[in-house]
Amino acid sequence: MDHETERVNELLSTVVDPEIPVLTLADLGVIREVHCDKGSVQVTITPTYAGCPAMHAMRADIESTLAKAGYRDVTVRQSLSPAWTTDWMSEDGRKKLRDYGIAPPAGTSCGKTIERIECPQCSSEDVKQISEFGSTACKALYQCRDCLEPFDYFKCL
Amino acid sequence: MPDLQQKLLNYCIALGDDSLVLGHRLSEWCSNGPFLEEDLALTNVALDFIGRARFFYSYAAELDSKGRSEDDFAYLRDCRDYRNFLINELPNGDFAFTMARQLMVDTYDMLFYQRLQHSSDATLASIACKAIKESRYHLRRSRDWIVRLGDGTDESHTRSQNAFNELWGYANEMFDMPDDEVQLLDTGIAVNRAALRQDWDHAMTEVLEEATLEVPANDWAIGGGRQGMHSEHLGFMLAEMQFLQRSYPGLQW
Repeated sequence: MDHETERVNELLSTVVDPEIPVLTLADLGVIREVHCDKGSVQVTITPTYAGCPAMHAMRADIESTLAKAGYRDVTVRQSLSPAWTTDWMSEDGRKKLRDYGIAPPAGTSCGKTIERIECPQCSSEDVKQISEFGSTACKALYQCRDCLEPFDYFKCL
Repeated sequence: MPDLQQKLLNYCIALGDDSLVLGHRLSEWCSNGPFLEEDLALTNVALDFIGRARFFYSYAAELDSKGRSEDDFAYLRDCRDYRNFLINELPNGDFAFTMARQLMVDTYDMLFYQRLQHSSDATLASIACKAIKESRYHLRRSRDWIVRLGDGTDESHTRSQNAFNELWGYANEMFDMPDDEVQLLDTGIAVNRAALRQDWDHAMTEVLEEATLEVPANDWAIGGGRQGMHSEHLGFMLAEMQFLQRSYPGLQW
């Protein structure tokens, strides 16, 4: 990786998810490619969910972060393939989610039985699903049967 | 514009229309859901469909020789230009009706997008890869609901059965291939929808049986959506959905 790409990557690592601000876009696995060429930058992102309203904000945040650092020629393009999966979420990101009170995705990818969702408050595995969807498309609503706290679970996709 | 590209454009528009029209219908549940969590769920599913519509319309905009944008496709076409299946435009009815339709569409979507993933058109294939992941949990939810409603109280059972009886004849259209699509099929772009019927029937029968519901008789069918022949309902829906762009042309957020 050349020096400029490294610098751009560093700048991008400060851009956070507008709805879950403890996660950076890199933690989420949304940034797929960075290409620098003589001052112009092309960033490829992939949407988490097809209709995720945060994608627009992410795009704008990437552009403004790079613009503030002096990059005027920035293109953010979207790629759909390979489709985003929670498997790309970093270990660090999973830990940050848990500390924030959101249970990180359990197991790998979608379609299989959901395994071992832990209450982010008391770590109990005795939890129940309240609703397939929480405050955003990427989360489901759960409740802990031990400490009785309701919590968001970041779904496996 | 070459003939094949025109057909591909029409194909993208039709797939976008299916998603947008159902997405809009689901969004009408916003603040009307039976309880808060369900309100959130219905509108999140609505967002998935609207997002899917945007992928198809964006691709259509790339193919279009008239330079139309995704917004032009959504907001500046009238009923006769819309190509969605009729089942998607029917008013929501009660919760049982909404979930019965959802089960029928989600079951179809799973089969359809599984095939479209292998389209020779790379963009369509990538949209399908994205869509199928979402349809998978849409289906998990609509299936659970129908089993709960069908195998629930007398009231929820009756309402669910009525919903399927009323909807069943709309399924036919989903498996009816117009000539244009047959040509796209020959080039490996489109999906042979006619071949999905058997799997769809099988999957639906399995869920309805578990829900203690009867599979309605296949003795009536209605179609025409892919030819732009719609029910009266779509016009009212578009009048509301397109209001801002019609009243304030070119308005942007």
